[in-house]
Amino acid sequence: MRGLSHRLHRFDVKQMPYVLIAPFFILFAIFGLFPLIFNGVVALRTWRLDDPAQDGWAGLGNFEKLLSDEDFWNALYNTFGIFVLSTIPQLFLAICIAFLLNRQLRGKIWFRVSMLLPYITPVTASTLVFLVVFGRDTGTANWVLSLFGMDDPIDWRAGKLQSWIAIATMVNWKWIGYNALLYLAAMQTIPRDIYEASALDGATAWKQLWRITVPMILPVVIFTVVLSTIGGLQLFTEPMLFEPNPAAATGGANGEWQTIAQLIYKTGWKNLNLGYAAAMSWALFLIIVIVAAVNTLLTSRLGGGRR
Amino acid sequence: MTTTTDTQTVRQAGARPAPPTPPKRRGGLSVVGRAPQDTPAGVWTYVLLSLTFLIAIYPIYWMFVIATSTDAALAEIPPKFLPGAEFSRNLREVFSMQDVYFAESLVNSFIVSTVVTLSVLFFCSVAGFAFAKLRFKGSNALMVMVILTLTVPNQLGVVALYILMGYMPGEGGWNGTLLAVIVPGLVSAFGVFYMRQFILGAVPDELIESGRVDGATTMRIYWSIVLPAIRPALAVLGLLTFVGTWNDFQWPLITLGGTDFPTSMVALFDLASGNYVLYRRVLAGAFVATVPLIVLLFVGGRQIVRGIMEGAVKS
Repeated sequence: MRGLSHRLHRFDVKQMPYVLIAPFFILFAIFGLFPLIFNGVVALRTWRLDDPAQDGWAGLGNFEKLLSDEDFWNALYNTFGIFVLSTIPQLFLAICIAFLLNRQLRGKIWFRVSMLLPYITPVTASTLVFLVVFGRDTGTANWVLSLFGMDDPIDWRAGKLQSWIAIATMVNWKWIGYNALLYLAAMQTIPRDIYEASALDGATAWKQLWRITVPMILPVVIFTVVLSTIGGLQLFTEPMLFEPNPAAATGGANGEWQTIAQLIYKTGWKNLNLGYAAAMSWALFLIIVIVAAVNTLLTSRLGGGRR
Repeated sequence: MTTTTDTQTVRQAGARPAPPTPPKRRGGLSVVGRAPQDTPAGVWTYVLLSLTFLIAIYPIYWMFVIATSTDAALAEIPPKFLPGAEFSRNLREVFSMQDVYFAESLVNSFIVSTVVTLSVLFFCSVAGFAFAKLRFKGSNALMVMVILTLTVPNQLGVVALYILMGYMPGEGGWNGTLLAVIVPGLVSAFGVFYMRQFILGAVPDELIESGRVDGATTMRIYWSIVLPAIRPALAVLGLLTFVGTWNDFQWPLITLGGTDFPTSMVALFDLASGNYVLYRRVLAGAFVATVPLIVLLFVGGRQIVRGIMEGAVKS
């Protein structure tokens, strides 16, 4: 008996920690890591959903095809266009709102919680609302513009720029409040004496924001830049549902706003060419890594220069 | 990671009560020697924040307006502002639409989100406990791996994940079944990371040591010492996980699209597809699929806010 309980105790001390962390690592290895690696294999094959017999090695064929595929370059162009139009205003406005929230406010909690309304709303649901808001003839967006004297209604689905703006608006609506809370959290960790020292030269609150607060929260700003790069370059739901018939997955009559994630879906599950879709995923992965790295560098440079 | 302790010291400093100095100038415009968070908000702050609030809530409110109206409401200029009386009719139509399976989809979404949430809470809290309080070989290296996996964009593996699901045990694999959306979500790297950070600060080592001296096993310590201390963190992680799972769209569309067993996000997609789409119906469905989350935000808003803000400071 003594031996058994001793062994049980040894097991509890030595092995139990591994038992506790094992579920995470096992499940992640199977459903997170393995698909990413296996994706690389699929990309080298002619894997089709409708005809398993066609499965064979394609070598780098899929990647060669990618380089000369106009649809891919168009989708890449759209993805970047929407990304720039959404990320920059989003982070700027989030800083402004965090600045407003970072005061002694009545109903502080209430304001903070309300900033999360767009964040908890399913993107699917909100995009369907915006689909109607950005209608050409009776949409709210054109009505608001007409109040400001723009009487020519915009056909939001007729061209690249206007469809990008519409989609970027949806992305901004969803994420500004969330990012504002991230910035607010960081702002409140700035030691008070830094402001005490800076007040001597009589800086206004707005100047103080850009000279002291923003440089101090730079790590969180970089974090959000990376997050919105990863999310923005994989944009899927908004472009999908902005289409009056979303099942088509074409992103507009001429692919005006088709993003890469959408093209991957169309290639894999509409054209049934999984091998080629996997190659696109790998290309997108590379692009995300590069852009995230460049953005991190740029942001830290910009922030460093402002000080 | 190394910044955690700095942040905590800073936060303690931040928790110090504000110096009771009177406002030196008009609040909001100019600050003299005071941190912004000690400066009372001016009128303009309230005006701008209220405007932000209106912009945040308008699409949700308008979704409700159209969901309660007739087709004619969509053509009104200026846009209809008050809700109509057609909500129950629109709802009935949504629930009886063929090939949409709206009622089933709501049940499915509840099942998926609940199972995923409970599983994430359990697996992430035990793993977080092990990383925070137990000594074992390779724990640092393994924790670094968890943090690295945080940055991996999982969505990029969907093609391979779909093929993998086709090889899972059972007739025809897991594609088209709820298993395909539940099982990959059972654990989360963010959850492990978040739990570890929380347990590091919330559970004193002495308490665990005294449990050991009393002869408690590791699981006993988890159950009677760690669990009671991490309830707030469980609430936060649970709410965030539930919202995220409920709203997930791309992977459920790929694996459940076209089946008679969708989640509510996929059912919304079906509702908006096809030749004859009525937006009062579509938005009635969208509103129903949004309501559970608005209720969650209403009940657990404080926790969600705190979770997001703590996550920001700790990363």
